[in-house]
Amino acid sequence: MNAVGPLACVVIKELYRRKDFYVLFVLTALISVLMGGMNFFNTQNIARYIKEICLALIWISSLVIAIGTAARQLPAERESRTIFPLLAKPVTRADVIAGKFTGCWLACGLCLVVFYVLFGVLSAARSPELNWLQIAQALVLHWFMLGMLVAMTLLGSVVFAAPSSNGTICLIVTAGMLLLGRHLNKVALQLTEPGQSIVYAVYFVLPHFELFDVRDMVVHSAPLIAAGPFLLALVYAGVYVAVFLLGAWLVFRRQMLN
Amino acid sequence: MEPLVKIESLIVEYRSKERGQPVKRAVDGLSLDVQAGEVFGFLGPNGAGKTSTMNVLLGFVNATAGNAFLFGVNVREPIARQRIGYLPELTYYYKFLTAEELLRFYGKIFRIPRAEADRRIDAVLKLVELEPSRHRLIKTYSKGMQQRVGLAQALINNPDLLILDEPTSGLDPIGRMKVREIIQRLKNEGKTVFFSSHELGEVETVCDRVAILNQGKLQVAGRVSDLIAQHQMNLEQLFLKIIGYQPATN
Repeated sequence: MNAVGPLACVVIKELYRRKDFYVLFVLTALISVLMGGMNFFNTQNIARYIKEICLALIWISSLVIAIGTAARQLPAERESRTIFPLLAKPVTRADVIAGKFTGCWLACGLCLVVFYVLFGVLSAARSPELNWLQIAQALVLHWFMLGMLVAMTLLGSVVFAAPSSNGTICLIVTAGMLLLGRHLNKVALQLTEPGQSIVYAVYFVLPHFELFDVRDMVVHSAPLIAAGPFLLALVYAGVYVAVFLLGAWLVFRRQMLN
Repeated sequence: MEPLVKIESLIVEYRSKERGQPVKRAVDGLSLDVQAGEVFGFLGPNGAGKTSTMNVLLGFVNATAGNAFLFGVNVREPIARQRIGYLPELTYYYKFLTAEELLRFYGKIFRIPRAEADRRIDAVLKLVELEPSRHRLIKTYSKGMQQRVGLAQALINNPDLLILDEPTSGLDPIGRMKVREIIQRLKNEGKTVFFSSHELGEVETVCDRVAILNQGKLQVAGRVSDLIAQHQMNLEQLFLKIIGYQPATN
């Protein structure tokens, strides 16, 4: 496993040398600051709206960064043929998958820290009663959710031929689960067979990203999540990461490279 | 003495993804040895099985039958690749890295200590004449410079065996000359070089021994001087004769 660390470093270097993150960060900051400077209808709770908007932008940006970064890793290695000198060294295909995942996940984590610091600063400017522990908890959950997403996208990148199709499918699945995930079982109950079984299968097989979305709790200053459910959510994410990475390795190890 | 590269009755077959298509045999019962310290030219027309053979040696493809060994270790073991350097044909290295960063990355894979890595990076960049451009991003490099940075990465672990897949492909005459000079220097340092090429003049100049493949089968192998003397023709004429090329008559 000598190659995991160096491979991860290359992924992180790629992220900070590309313009994607900077563009998304500047846009998020700009929109949030502009909205923060306004006072709609003289409402007293304007800080909550600013928080909501800023967190929504952070979530959208993080999805774009995670999927964009993970979807191009393996196809780019094959297209530019750098996979050959890499595998000609004492590096296994499992190392490549593990290295790419670690790099993408750490890079997403770094981006999230920057985004959440921006969120904290903007929120603190409008309402002094800010709970930094709650923000840290939201960040960790968000980061683990991105871990699942990165692993799923890496699996997609060895299954689908084009990075664009993989990116689009992952984005649709993620947005679908975030918006509808918690209602799928109720939808299934209303359907007849075989639709019911299919929707139930989707409900039980796909990762429930929405469990990690605690934006409302941050916006409405709800109490901290208890340690038990919090750790359970992290374990849930860990299991999905392991399953997706195992799947990616099983497909990648049998794939012809030329 | 044990050969550095040993190939025994190697067969490589590719199955087509389309149903009903026959299995394609890319390499058909190839056996050859490469001894330590020699420059070995691996020749053949396109589709002869050269790259397939190299892919087996490098562990990219599993042999359908037969065996291949590097330093006496079966190529299926990743450790067999600890002492080799490989330059693939036409590779576009990570364009967001500089040459120095790229070499440091590959050095870390081999767990080369920092001080030793610094020393080797200096040495290989000097050898491939990329020292003045070491801090420039690779995306700003010309094709020739990219090929030389590829050679540098192949040398970062100070390998005993170099496997080069058409190292001068796509280069201008000056680029070719520079790569040829580097191979010559490596030969003088006692390195073993196993390379495929379509440049027969270049092969004649730098190789000790050659093997010519056609349609997956080994047609001839031996010392370049012996083959030329035996067949009373230069390497290019011999190559064309072996692959059955008939010049068009007007």
